[in-house]
Amino acid sequence: MTAFLQNCFAGLALGSTYALVALGFVVIFKSTGVINFAQGGLLALGAYLGYTFSNNLLLGFGVAILLACLAAALVGAGFERIVLRRMVGQPPFAVIMITIGLLFILEPVITAIWGFDNLQVRNPWNINTVELGGLVFGVKDLWTIGLTTAVVIGFFAFFKYSPLGLAMRVTAFDPEAALAQGISARRVYAVSWAIAAALAALAGIAMAAGPGGLSPSIGFIALAAFPAMIVGGMDSPGGAVLGGLVIGLAEALTRGYQDQLFSWAGDNVSIIVPYILMIVILLIRPYGLLGTKDVRRV
Amino acid sequence: MLSVSNLEVVYDDVVLVLRGLSLDVPAGSIVAVLGANGAGKTTLLRAVTGLLGPHRGRITKGTVRLDGEDITGADPAKIVRRGIAQVLEGRRVFAEITVDENLKAGAYTRRSRAEVKESYARVLDLFPVLAQRRKSIAGYLSGGEQQMLAIGRALMASPRLLLLDEPSLGLAPRLVEQVRDIIVQINQQGTSVLLIEQNAVMALAIANSGYVLENGKVVKDGPAADLLADEDIREFYLGSGERRSFADVKSYRRRKRWSA
Repeated sequence: MTAFLQNCFAGLALGSTYALVALGFVVIFKSTGVINFAQGGLLALGAYLGYTFSNNLLLGFGVAILLACLAAALVGAGFERIVLRRMVGQPPFAVIMITIGLLFILEPVITAIWGFDNLQVRNPWNINTVELGGLVFGVKDLWTIGLTTAVVIGFFAFFKYSPLGLAMRVTAFDPEAALAQGISARRVYAVSWAIAAALAALAGIAMAAGPGGLSPSIGFIALAAFPAMIVGGMDSPGGAVLGGLVIGLAEALTRGYQDQLFSWAGDNVSIIVPYILMIVILLIRPYGLLGTKDVRRV
Repeated sequence: MLSVSNLEVVYDDVVLVLRGLSLDVPAGSIVAVLGANGAGKTTLLRAVTGLLGPHRGRITKGTVRLDGEDITGADPAKIVRRGIAQVLEGRRVFAEITVDENLKAGAYTRRSRAEVKESYARVLDLFPVLAQRRKSIAGYLSGGEQQMLAIGRALMASPRLLLLDEPSLGLAPRLVEQVRDIIVQINQQGTSVLLIEQNAVMALAIANSGYVLENGKVVKDGPAADLLADEDIREFYLGSGERRSFADVKSYRRRKRWSA
């Protein structure tokens, strides 16, 4: 039982990270109809910026997180402003290719600045643990879950109650009618990119603060969050969070019981579990767990 | 108030839809625009409110002025802030959110909360149906209620000029009368109205003046009463006048043009 709970906790922590990234995917997809493949690059950029703020500028870790998120948001919004705005009204496919291009540009830029070495972010969490009732909780995992919860609640409140959140929802539903109300689609697109980039940066720093440290391959986690977005439903923010948690739990539980149940499948079976789960769920519900049945723009 | 002169609009760089169209909406009046499908009525509205972009349209000549200020090709958000609101053809309410949220979206450009509250009260006063269903999802309203919501949403921007694109589309006769009365009421409260309609009887009954479009040009204009009395309009739009045999109509068509 202890082992099971321990695994579930690990799954929730991992799932929180997935949820943040998947939420970023959904925000951009919902408002612009484009899947942003550069999410992993933005995540890595955010993590490395956090490293610079924390290690080189010796800022407090909380401040470093905040600044890294802001900086990533600026990069995201700036990219939208400079490149993607010219692509409004063009086929989504072309825009998706541009985001892939951005991913491949971000990676070498990051390694050129910070190098290939594995870096350790100066942070108060590290590998500290708290023990409670026989269970061992990583401080970093607790913070990841806590921060994700707070950010997700904040995000949904913003989406539901603020005028800008309302503008984002109606623009996603009917861009022309939104335009006729005087809602600036440009601002909505820029804000979507800023939010997605900030979420990715937060996920990146949370990961980098863990025992794994920070290396250029950190962006690959976005690939695992991708199934989370699909599982949840591409146009559903709630689905992204749910999908992230489901995928995280599945991955952690597989890893935890791999010795006993899946020893024949080799050590890395947990890595493919998200994709297997994605395929199975898509076979049963092609539009994802909470997605709209009729997703118009794919 | 609104003055459009020699407007020329091209879609996709090839399709010329408006060919030098001119039109005036005096302050405080209701102006009706009639025309067959494809005459350029909706394009005219898009050109005024800056919504040509998403349709790959472009103003190639002419100007749109609001109170003397040139707003040709301005940003839609700026035009809404200047005081022009448009009710799109086919209602286009945000079906996934509540009536209240729809109205809130209509007030997006406004900063003062007190004023928004005032507009909100005014809209609910104008449309008692909406007051009853504030919390329901807009997609579940009936067609008539959705049209009321679309008009109410536009009024939330507190426009000085309201553009209506076929508000009677798909409504039962009783509801058409209701919409007509509401337009008059809105006008009496001080908002000028540019009304695009296929329902010529309804439109000319409440308008001060009217324009008839054909192939992107104004082919006839004048006070609404004159247009109502006009023989050609009676025949083409009101369906009255004597019936002729098919052979007569054919030759008639070739001879007779609006511009003649």
